[in-house]
Amino acid sequence: MRQVACRALLAGAALSIAASLAYADDTKQEIQKYQRMTAESSPVELWELEGADLWKQKRGPNSVSLERCDLGMGPGVLKGAYAHLPRYFKDTGRVQDLESRLVTCMTTLQGFSEQEATKRVFGNADKPSDMEYLAAYVAGRSRGVKMQVSTKDPKEKAAYEMGKALFFYRAGPWDFSCASCHGHEGKRIRMQELPVLSSPKGARGTYTTWPGYRVSVSQLKTMQWRLNDCFRQQRFPEPKYASDATIALTMYMAVNANGATYRGPGTKR
Amino acid sequence: MTKTSIYLCLGALAAGLAAAQTAQADPTPMEVRALLHKDFHAQGQATMSRVDQDDLQWLCTVSHNKPSHNRVKQMEAEQHATIVYPADGKYMGDWKKGQKIAESGKGMTWKDKPGAENGGSCYNCHQLSPKEASYGTVGPSLTAMGKKRGDGIEVQKYIYGKIYNSKASNLCSEMPRFGTSHTLTEEQIKDLTAYLLDPASPVNQ
Repeated sequence: MRQVACRALLAGAALSIAASLAYADDTKQEIQKYQRMTAESSPVELWELEGADLWKQKRGPNSVSLERCDLGMGPGVLKGAYAHLPRYFKDTGRVQDLESRLVTCMTTLQGFSEQEATKRVFGNADKPSDMEYLAAYVAGRSRGVKMQVSTKDPKEKAAYEMGKALFFYRAGPWDFSCASCHGHEGKRIRMQELPVLSSPKGARGTYTTWPGYRVSVSQLKTMQWRLNDCFRQQRFPEPKYASDATIALTMYMAVNANGATYRGPGTKR
Repeated sequence: MTKTSIYLCLGALAAGLAAAQTAQADPTPMEVRALLHKDFHAQGQATMSRVDQDDLQWLCTVSHNKPSHNRVKQMEAEQHATIVYPADGKYMGDWKKGQKIAESGKGMTWKDKPGAENGGSCYNCHQLSPKEASYGTVGPSLTAMGKKRGDGIEVQKYIYGKIYNSKASNLCSEMPRFGTSHTLTEEQIKDLTAYLLDPASPVNQ
């Protein structure tokens, strides 16, 4: 039912956007207008509601909910948790981002195997993934909270430095690094002005709106998906879901965004 | 053990820790590579060997694309040596085909079918035809290239070589080495050269 309502809402939004695009002249103004409109008619809240249901549902072999999941602020504490991630977790001995931590909770609390918990992490327009619903819900509970990601623990600092090194590492058939697309201030790839994620300005503006709803594909996309698709376009092999490398990169961007107010989940083109 | 020797020991330990911290704070490309091998897997045509850097990628990474290395000239010469110029001595193909190649951003990702025709992604970074509104600005505008530079054989050869291996003249250029990486064929590079230089091409209108 919720999905049907969502579809109708989206179709309406898409139509009005398409109509306004057709008559706009100046491209940059056009894009900004489009971004404002998509933000105003965003269906992100529907994902958050679905995620809230999932969070409270008794699931898995242990038939328990995620309500005791510790995302770093204590079991069950959601307010501000996302604005402090990634962080070091003693129980796993790892620096973890939101998605890897959700996998931890699904395995330790609910009794899923890791394979089961990560079987379908990226959904599609017809059927979003549980992870996308949960990520939207948890991230939404940090709306209005200042990004405050710590590098005090040596493992957090190491993850940040590794993320930075990964960001500038050039390889692959096209010699690309993350910075090839995200390292040129004021430059565009086609019509997209891509944020310079190594600078606080770029990271603050962008990191604080992920996860994000992509109007063009009617899907909510998580940060793990964003990195996966960046590496695809970088012509690299595929990163493993919630791997240390992806968490390190997330750490780098999150720390660069520190001090900014989290305002996601956002809406994208 | 005297007090002094204990302090010396502690000092050495602290120095050792500081060194370890420094090492941790600044991962080398070898450490990055090791992590990539642990955390990535081959997918489609994107094999794991893609995360291994060649000398050029390594030098450009560690120098943040500003190599002051005394080997730069030599390495550019090595890159130049990878350029295979057409045996027939002709550098210009069909600008109409070239336009399609310039517009296409397809190719070389794990989703692309191996062996399918790749695009040049030219518009991602360059302005070419003034009629195309959607162009990137990471690279310089190439609009009216033929008008400005003419289409003499030396210019043709230069453009062909630049597309084949941009690193031959600018070691840490962001532009892919389209010929050297086997992204584009000789014929495709000829078509792109024509798209840039042919007086009839929209680039020069």
